[in-house]
Amino acid sequence: MSEKIISKFFDIEDSHTIDVYEKHGGYEAIRKVLKKWTPEEIIKEVSNANLRGLGGAGFPAGRKWSFIPKNSPKPKYLVINADESEPGTFKDRYVIDNYTHGLFEGIMIASYAIGANMAFIYIRGEYVRQAERLVEQIEAAYKKGYLGKQIFGSEFDLDLIVHRGAGAYICGEETALLESLEGKKGWPRMKPPFPAIEGVFRSPTIVNNVETLAYVPTIIKNGADSFANLGSERNGGLRLYSISGHVKNPGVYELPMGTPLREIIYKHAGGLQNGNGIKAVVPGGSSSPILTPDEIDVKMDFDSLAAIDSMLGSAGIIVMDESTCMVRALYVVTRFYHHESCGQCTPCREGTGWAEKVLKRILDGNGRPEDIDNLVEIADNIIGNTICPLGDAAALPIQSYVKKFREEFEYHVREGKCDVKGH
Amino acid sequence: MPKITIDGTEIEVEKGTTVIQAAEQLGIEIPRYCYHPGLSIVGVCRICLVEIERMPKLQVACYTPVTDGMVVHTNNEKVLQARRAVLEFLLINHPLDCPVCDQAGECWLQNFYMQHGLYDSKMFEDKVKKQKALDIGPNVMLDSERCILCSRCVRFCDEITETFELGIFNRGDHAELLPYPGQELDNKYSGNTIDICPVGALTDKDFRFRTRVWYLTETPSVCPGCSTGCNISVHHNDKRPYKAGGIRISRLKPRYNPEVNQWWMCDEGRYGFTYVDDDSRIVAPQKKTRGRWQELSWNDAIDEIANKMKDTIDKHGAEAFGVILSPQMTNEDLFAAKRFFKETLELENIDFEVAAREKGYEDDFLMKADKNPNTEGAKKLGVSAMDNSGLEVAQMLAEAKDKRLKALYICHHDLEKGFNKEEVKAALSKVDLVIFQGTNQNLTSNLANYCLPSATFVEIDGTFTNFAGRVQRIHKAVEPLGESKPDWIIFRNLSKRLGKSMPYFEPEDVFNALVEEVDAFKGLSYEKIGEHGILLDGHEESAEKEMGALVA
Repeated sequence: MSEKIISKFFDIEDSHTIDVYEKHGGYEAIRKVLKKWTPEEIIKEVSNANLRGLGGAGFPAGRKWSFIPKNSPKPKYLVINADESEPGTFKDRYVIDNYTHGLFEGIMIASYAIGANMAFIYIRGEYVRQAERLVEQIEAAYKKGYLGKQIFGSEFDLDLIVHRGAGAYICGEETALLESLEGKKGWPRMKPPFPAIEGVFRSPTIVNNVETLAYVPTIIKNGADSFANLGSERNGGLRLYSISGHVKNPGVYELPMGTPLREIIYKHAGGLQNGNGIKAVVPGGSSSPILTPDEIDVKMDFDSLAAIDSMLGSAGIIVMDESTCMVRALYVVTRFYHHESCGQCTPCREGTGWAEKVLKRILDGNGRPEDIDNLVEIADNIIGNTICPLGDAAALPIQSYVKKFREEFEYHVREGKCDVKGH
Repeated sequence: MPKITIDGTEIEVEKGTTVIQAAEQLGIEIPRYCYHPGLSIVGVCRICLVEIERMPKLQVACYTPVTDGMVVHTNNEKVLQARRAVLEFLLINHPLDCPVCDQAGECWLQNFYMQHGLYDSKMFEDKVKKQKALDIGPNVMLDSERCILCSRCVRFCDEITETFELGIFNRGDHAELLPYPGQELDNKYSGNTIDICPVGALTDKDFRFRTRVWYLTETPSVCPGCSTGCNISVHHNDKRPYKAGGIRISRLKPRYNPEVNQWWMCDEGRYGFTYVDDDSRIVAPQKKTRGRWQELSWNDAIDEIANKMKDTIDKHGAEAFGVILSPQMTNEDLFAAKRFFKETLELENIDFEVAAREKGYEDDFLMKADKNPNTEGAKKLGVSAMDNSGLEVAQMLAEAKDKRLKALYICHHDLEKGFNKEEVKAALSKVDLVIFQGTNQNLTSNLANYCLPSATFVEIDGTFTNFAGRVQRIHKAVEPLGESKPDWIIFRNLSKRLGKSMPYFEPEDVFNALVEEVDAFKGLSYEKIGEHGILLDGHEESAEKEMGALVA
């Protein structure tokens, strides 16, 4: 059994409470940091650990923190992105439920590193129980002096606030999240300025994903090298893989960065149900380009997946067996992005709806031969031309599903029905 | 200053210039919908995507600042493809109802489709349905289906008027422009949202279904609605006058002047032109005999009026004659009036100011309480009581009431706006000879013995001087209605009849004479006034004030 950092708490009773967390070595890192470390030393340590942004973009976390301007007279903020909404992704929910104070400790260390005295957890509106847990545990932390004025008896003040989203996928995009946090409509902002320069309330802001911050205490406690060595080259540490679809044991698995996809599916998730074969695998949330069975030996880290034109993203793996109709699967994915497009900029607003309608028509048996190329063209015309990555997220599946399963689309158009058994 | 190369041509521009602005300086027009130079930049329409070397993705030209050595392509295949794609996206859910849309002919979907689109439609799906023919305010109608969500109108209400009436509701391709619940688009400048709407989403209640824009001719002018002097274009329907039921002026639109009104004008000025084609227009010289109005020829009118004026002066002296000029008149008209009354007739009781009883609306943007376009000009020309050591208007009325004033020549004013109705009646009824010269009937004209028809501001050439001392030109858009004439011609003709001819054939002749005589105008000419007007000497600071009001 390989090493566990976060998921070892999944099986401990009341692991979300301060007492249990501290019994297992919790809040040692923050005490150490507040006594002896400078913010620069923390940033260096996190950089050396090769901790990447685990929300999906994979941007090196330490480097991101270093972008906070040193001499700005404005207050600095840390914003924790807990708007986990990418289909196939549910790891942050596990972190919040079971490693609540681990997350808080990461928040404290990061806030100290960037000079923020206030941090906001922006949590997905549907995560009702998780929001309640956060509020309750934050209160407990305040009571113990772990949050508020002079935390842990140091000179450092930190307030932590939970802000619930209203149910929009787009608010997981960091600038839309900041708009929403300010009480505005969740519309992504033009960049630059980047949030590190001008984020929430026009002040320097770092936005980090829940999982990213949850690994920070361990890095401080065990050292950068020990964390970096757990993963693969330039992809430090472990990662929480969410796996769902036609596998025997769906769930969250904490494994080293770079674990082969095949191993995750067959060894950890118990292989496919009913002994079926794999037809396709989504490796990193529904927006990542889909993989075929001959591609599942890929190592699950940011660089290896990029090398085969896909992406690790949120590491939300969705396994589809041979009974899956790829046209329908793409329709479901496209319908989602259409529903969630914010409507601010033209290509995504109009293109997602158009693609969904074309796919629906093909599914209904009214496809036209030119529809297939048109779908790809719609996707090509969205990609790279929008303010935020939602456009790409909608377009990438269209491109990859059609490219890799073109015969299925052609069969649908030609015969007006599906050639997959059971459809 | 950074240097940038756009489509092979290098240009040096001010730091902070955006790519779209730099291209404009080179005469390259990058298409745009959401970008408007007077509003914040949001980069949402994506039609201005350009390729910038060493950047992997296309960039929006409106938002990207120029950096030194930047190389931009606005016209290569990659850019043209993206542009076509954005147009195609904008049009898939657009109703394409151009035949019944008032924007047709000045629609930027049509224009850019012809310039950059020209693809065959691949859209076979049902379009998204939205709300149509929504009455969203006193002046504006909204068709949500035509809206391309560029948000210009929203930003106008947020940033310029700061009245925040509009928002974009809902998400994705169901996003819809609407007023906030319970709100109307009802502010002093609401008509500007129609101007900046690049498509037919916002249309003007006053213009809808009246005429197609390709029948309109545009003439540059200046709004006479207040002393700001906003630059405007008069849109007039010369080509199919019979279709408009006699309405010649279809609409006024603001004309860009960076020093005065930028891109905007107020609704009061925009919709204030209806008197021009109104039934109350005086269209021929008239004379009141035994309480009834009777038309007479210009020749007879000039003869009779000139003789009566001369008789009055001969009999009662110059002090028994009062002249009320108007700050509604152009510099040229006022100057000709001054020549006539002061030099030909040697009168002293000349004034022009009638303070309004009800103070006009004023704000710190474009609207001024003084609802006259040429008060500053009248002051400069010396046609006030003070300049002539004669009676003020109020004193004239008092003298009239006491029967000491025997004749009154009133230009344009409706005295009722400055004085109590009964007071005006009591005064004018005691005067033997009341001549009214103006564009429309009013209480004062009804109390006169003679009415002479003046041309309106859209029917004449001339100049106004705004509150800040800026002299600006107005141009004749349509012929004077009926028998009406520019004021300066009426005075010239009267003067000639009394033996003193004025050698003026064009308004420019009057202006040149004015320049010779009035120091404040020294060195000016129509040519120098140009498109954006010119500040009189000693008014530089006022100009800053003009801008200050806009920028603040």
